[in-house]
Amino acid sequence: MAIFLTEQSRVIVQGITGSEGRRHGTRMLAAGTQVVGGTNPRKAGQTVDLGGSGVPVFATVAEAMAATGADVSVVFVPPAGTKDAVIEAIDASMPLVIVITEGVPVHDTAVFWAHASAHGNVTRIVGPNCPGIASPGKSNAGIIPADITTQGRIGLVSKSGTLTYQMMYELRDVGFSTAVGIGGDPVIGTTHIDCLRAFADDPQTDAIVMIGEIGGDAEERAAAFIERSVSKPVVAYVAGFTAPEGRTMGHAGAIISGSAGTAQAKKEALEKVGVRVGRTPSGTARLVREIVQGS
Amino acid sequence: MDLFEYQAKELFAEYGVPVQRGRVAGSPEEAREIAAGFAADGAPVTVVKAQVKAGGRGKAGGVKLADGPQQTQDKARQILGMDINGHTVHKVLIACASDIAQEYYLSFLLDRSARTFVAICSVQGGVEIEEVAHTDPGAVARIPVSPLTGVDAAKAAEIVRAGGLPPEAAGQAAVLAERLWAVFADEDATLVEVNPMALTDQGEVIAIDGKVSLDDNAAFRQQHARFADNEGADPLESRAKAKHLNYVKLDGQVGIIGNGAGLVMSTLDVVAYAGEAFGGVRPANFLDIGGGASAEVMADGLEIVLSDPSVRSVLVNVFGGITSCDAVANGIVSAIGMLGARGEQVGHPIVVRLDGNNAAEGRRILDEAGIGVVEQVATMDDAARRAAELAAAAATGA
Repeated sequence: MAIFLTEQSRVIVQGITGSEGRRHGTRMLAAGTQVVGGTNPRKAGQTVDLGGSGVPVFATVAEAMAATGADVSVVFVPPAGTKDAVIEAIDASMPLVIVITEGVPVHDTAVFWAHASAHGNVTRIVGPNCPGIASPGKSNAGIIPADITTQGRIGLVSKSGTLTYQMMYELRDVGFSTAVGIGGDPVIGTTHIDCLRAFADDPQTDAIVMIGEIGGDAEERAAAFIERSVSKPVVAYVAGFTAPEGRTMGHAGAIISGSAGTAQAKKEALEKVGVRVGRTPSGTARLVREIVQGS
Repeated sequence: MDLFEYQAKELFAEYGVPVQRGRVAGSPEEAREIAAGFAADGAPVTVVKAQVKAGGRGKAGGVKLADGPQQTQDKARQILGMDINGHTVHKVLIACASDIAQEYYLSFLLDRSARTFVAICSVQGGVEIEEVAHTDPGAVARIPVSPLTGVDAAKAAEIVRAGGLPPEAAGQAAVLAERLWAVFADEDATLVEVNPMALTDQGEVIAIDGKVSLDDNAAFRQQHARFADNEGADPLESRAKAKHLNYVKLDGQVGIIGNGAGLVMSTLDVVAYAGEAFGGVRPANFLDIGGGASAEVMADGLEIVLSDPSVRSVLVNVFGGITSCDAVANGIVSAIGMLGARGEQVGHPIVVRLDGNNAAEGRRILDEAGIGVVEQVATMDDAARRAAELAAAAATGA
């Protein structure tokens, strides 16, 4: 198996005719993903060339779903149009929407999240400001490089793109069931907890790596969830011990407010429930290796 | 972006939120003129308030009462230039002193974990709301606000009622709340706070102090640039911003350049750990040059990092994901060439760690370029240690 994204997943790209949409659509296709279409209301009926394969462009998500059976949408629409694009996908009851776009106003994310709830939570939203989901050897939806790792039995959930890549690369001989980049914005759809729950239930995942960073209390909440509901080994890494208070460190959500959201507090919360927390990314990879190869 | 109190109040006034009368001054003379104007209108007593984006202003002596233009000028002279928790005071707000009967609290903010907005209202204002929540949690009402429906008159009344405001203030406070919500929603704010919201002896409900944080991601559809703080900003940060670089100045000696926010944050931490063995060497900055890591962006980044006088060594930490390492290596080589062409000689050692896609080819390119100041180290931990060691050696003149 794998979580959220499998070899059966049928993927469309919202914003497929833009440069990012085309570029990453091509990469996804090359990685073995079933990219079955895309949307752009102004170019409906055309096909877009993704590295030699013609992929149909539809006016709306609903039309794309009806024509292709798509069950995943990857959104590359720029920030000013992201909210409408996600709402369109929610209204079409798209099961999984992965929002890659960086720089979405948080009011817009709050609105589409509330809209998804009002629509009965039939759509799982990942992101925004995330690298997407990769289930190595099966499917790749987003911008995670497909060739830096292999298929295996570790599940990975991370707020950070490059730290995700770093970890996948360091453990490329061990391999991953699925890696989920949940994004670094203050409000995101799928959380650490959602991924932990799915990995805990996935028979093909033996151990979980969780990467967090300063800001908010998602890691603390994840720690409480692990204590209650996760029996598989979890190894964590938290970035931002040296970050000053009140400054945004690259990710819109990476900010310590007063004494809240520090890396130290997150590390302590995780260690308190028995999660081993690495001091550096490489140290974290070593901990995972010990667990996987020691058992 | 956080606003100064005077900017927050200007914004409030635009939306019809009643605020204490006041004007901002950059010099004692200007403060005097403002106070003279107020005195001519029969309001000689002023409050001189330091404009800094830091807490603890009152305790630090940054808020003073003054009677008349001369005293206002004197107090302004005392406060301007003051250092409040590391922030220099460049401006003071001269406010007409209000006769305050009661102080309340009201705010709207983003609730990250609930993924929605929340209103906080309390009959106890004028102190830190976290403190009230700690000592008397029952006095602080938290009311979720749906992003889909917002705050109308009925919701505003509900918020004020939940906060326990007395009847003589509730009506006006609800109107204030509805307008304050408009500030929050229409300006893409993540926080709007009125503390205290006061009931005056004259029976008016007004904002005595205000805090606003705006969402930088919404800058494309807002006129937030008008609030930019040009004198208070770090000069290197201003230069970096002009070049669209994501840079935060810190107080260490190892300049950091990397790709991806998480990896760069992690690099700072790893350098700080490594620096413990070298007399407490620390990272000098955060700089995320993004996924692409082009030669030009790398050159701009190096230029900014090397202009920091406390920098003794630089660590370039790049993981080649979609961008492969050969492109990054070529970027570093041309960046150093570009700096040379701009007349900037690179005088500090640059430790480079390349890993990920096509790392071997990237390392070969850097080796063959034979740049004296560039030293390659294979792993992130070892590279951090080497950069810290070089910074410590440079600092001691070794």
